[in-house]
Amino acid sequence: MKPPAARAGSAQGAARRSSRRQFLQQASVLTLGIYLAPARAAETADAALPVRPFEPNAFVRIGADSSVTIIAKNLEMGQGVFTGLATLLAEELDANWLDVRVEGAPADASRYINVALGMQGTGESTSMSGAWIQMRQAGASARALLVQAAAAKWGVPPAEISVANGVVSHQASQRHTRFGALTSAAALLALPADPVLKNPSQFRLIGNPFVRRKDSHAKTNGSALYTQDLKLPEMLIAVAAHPPRFGARLISFDAGAARAVSGVVDVVQIPASERVPGGVAVLATNTWIAQRGRDALQIQWDEAAASHLDSGQLSARLRAAALDGAAAGTGETRVALQKGDEAVLGSASGVQLQALYEVPYLAHAAMEPMNCLVYLTEGGASLWNGEQLQSADQAAIGTLLGIAPESVKITQLYAGGSFGRRGNPHADYVLEAVAIAQAAAAQGHRVPIKLVWTREDDMRAGYYRPAFAHSIRAALDANGALIAWQQRSVGQSVLADSPFAGRIKDGIDPSSLQGSAEPYEIPNVRLELLTIKDVAVPVQWWRSAGHSHTAFATECMIDELAIAAGVDPYQFRRGLLASHPRQRAVLDLAATRAGWGSALPARAPAERRGRGIALHESFGTCVAQVAEVSVEADGALRVDRVVCAVDCGMPINPNVVTAQMQGGIGFGLSAALYGAITLKDGVVQQSNFDAYRCLRSSEMPLIEVYIVPSHEPPSGVGDPGTPPIAPALVNAIFQATGQRLRRLPLAGQLAAASA
Amino acid sequence: MRSFMLNGRGVTVDVDDAMPLLWVLRDEIGLTGTKYACGQGQCGACTVTLDGRAVRSCQTPVARVDGRSIVTIEGLTDDSVGRAVQEAWRRLDVAQCGYCQSGQIVSATALLQSNRKPSDADIDAAMDGNLCRCATYARVRAAIHEAARTLAT
Repeated sequence: MKPPAARAGSAQGAARRSSRRQFLQQASVLTLGIYLAPARAAETADAALPVRPFEPNAFVRIGADSSVTIIAKNLEMGQGVFTGLATLLAEELDANWLDVRVEGAPADASRYINVALGMQGTGESTSMSGAWIQMRQAGASARALLVQAAAAKWGVPPAEISVANGVVSHQASQRHTRFGALTSAAALLALPADPVLKNPSQFRLIGNPFVRRKDSHAKTNGSALYTQDLKLPEMLIAVAAHPPRFGARLISFDAGAARAVSGVVDVVQIPASERVPGGVAVLATNTWIAQRGRDALQIQWDEAAASHLDSGQLSARLRAAALDGAAAGTGETRVALQKGDEAVLGSASGVQLQALYEVPYLAHAAMEPMNCLVYLTEGGASLWNGEQLQSADQAAIGTLLGIAPESVKITQLYAGGSFGRRGNPHADYVLEAVAIAQAAAAQGHRVPIKLVWTREDDMRAGYYRPAFAHSIRAALDANGALIAWQQRSVGQSVLADSPFAGRIKDGIDPSSLQGSAEPYEIPNVRLELLTIKDVAVPVQWWRSAGHSHTAFATECMIDELAIAAGVDPYQFRRGLLASHPRQRAVLDLAATRAGWGSALPARAPAERRGRGIALHESFGTCVAQVAEVSVEADGALRVDRVVCAVDCGMPINPNVVTAQMQGGIGFGLSAALYGAITLKDGVVQQSNFDAYRCLRSSEMPLIEVYIVPSHEPPSGVGDPGTPPIAPALVNAIFQATGQRLRRLPLAGQLAAASA
Repeated sequence: MRSFMLNGRGVTVDVDDAMPLLWVLRDEIGLTGTKYACGQGQCGACTVTLDGRAVRSCQTPVARVDGRSIVTIEGLTDDSVGRAVQEAWRRLDVAQCGYCQSGQIVSATALLQSNRKPSDADIDAAMDGNLCRCATYARVRAAIHEAARTLAT
């Protein structure tokens, strides 16, 4: 695959095409359907040219060499979206998969909006559901034009033309041609109003487990281009000094020692603004030199307004507030859901349980630390970035620079992971890059500037998955049926003050509670939320957003209730899904394939083994996992095997679905076992992979993934693999040891308990 | 001035002796397949081979490679083991975000160059220093076994 546009030249070319299209398109609305270009007459000026590009819509371009370039509106950050989008379009185009290349779309919400997010961007596992019809229509309409062009060329009825594997054929006359020979003619034709889409039985690429990723080649020979890799002429690299605590502000700095570092080009102050904390940046042509310069800066910070938070104290506060809302001191407890009768909880005749579940701050720790390349132009800005939230970043930059959002051009590059981080709702690192470019320009450096965060900068910059405490009380009736669930959740809001704040209703951030008590049939449910507002640590979504903690609380509590009722945890869940056949089928598939209920004998003296199960639906995708663990006498834990069942509707690329389940589980295991960002006196205690431990190869369990066959419209797979693993693991540990853990991460807790 | 062999060709650079090889490769020579991710030798994203042994280029001052031979991800295509590893990676679609994969592939190649039939334990020992946040570990392991099989035939 051709990497995203690497040179300024190509980006300008893209911008030129874009403006022409904008002119043609005017304010033509792109909603769920694809844009069908009107006013083809406007292109007749090109008719004299011997070879015209064939770009029937915003998503595909077919070259005279028969290459098929698919324009991906979503960020490829590992989740396979470039491949998924290409699969949909190539399927209906009947393209040869080997002819297909993918490039990232420019920032232009008029063509590339993500309807589910209400802006151009990638997140919440929405890409495939949003593309399911749109990309297929784009492929089908392009195919129809190629067929029409071939019919005209050969003088045969279009109905007699067939297309397969990138070859257009008329069987009766034994005529065949590849796409390239038809592009000039096809480019002159009017798009069909309503292209016919295939039935699933006709799919050759969709659902095919042998279709390979489009980015594998570039990602195995070093040529895949990430923001970290892009170098533009005259570009300077900026390494920034950030405030040591959240809320601190720059007073003054001495750049003498920094400037004395051989190779340092300049030092600039980063002006603080509403969303940029401000600081100092060192410019050089070499990243290591810029880092050394940054490290040599002498900076005085005003810490009068800085946060001196201790995360241990915060945890105690969240705990207290979850157990007793009045104890929080700030904020107000809001009722997010009241279903049935809240009095049932107190009067139930069976078992009553109360439990508190706690999760810490988490860093995303993508392998590629945050970075962004900015080139300020007259009245505009050009960015090159692994860009996850185009519209929000355009708006934020527009505000900072006093220009229209559309004047901010963004070229899409691969992201070396994100897990949500690159889609920062406050545009943090992107704005910092722009602010540095502004400051550099003011000092005469009107050149491309690339901000590069070190690992330490990245881990300490905040925007963590918020810490949460969930207190749950639940009751069974005399027959052991779960009849009441009352939950109070306490933590910071991710959506507050963000471009997505409109989702907050009556003071309730839905992302704080999403997935709680679901998908079970419980007649009486009350969900309360207390949003903590006086903590300066910035928070952000993290792979699977709120589900990353609500699934842990819900699925552990369900397990505890099953044990208390004396019912097998798998059967207990089944009993709560009587009218949820889809969820039950996923649960059954995982349990069956895992050999649920079969013996799990110790393989060594004193080894304890156990299985745990968890079920969770997020972003329309339902996942069940069974974890098998072994715990040695000294408390050493090993996750041996995870069996994962997933229903994501039509699995567009089963190979990618499997990879995302494996990856989601591994990512969730890192967090469940080790993940925690802690603060002491306001300073983040972790700065690199030594203190922020992540799962390594030898710790990866054997993972089996089973995909439910389905012809339903697809839902996403990037997020949903993560939520079930922490509770499945904790539930397995209980089965192995009898010890019930309710706080993440688990590291240390088990060893201490077993000692 | 330091001179060394880079992917089979001689190069000379005029930089601070303390500059890590990683930044010489990326910012001075322009070979960006070798990645920066931790800067402390904890994640393996910057792995290259030095005289055939896998090393972390972020922890390798350029002075240490003077007169020696470096192979990066870009140079693996010239090596039969490296090619077998790359091809196995593609057949199994190992990469997700891909950012750590240069390091994974170089580590795997160095392993197979010294051990044509690694066990799972050998793979753990050789690969545990290569972090992958996408958790592609299962496919990394499978691809190493796959490459070992193709090299044996």
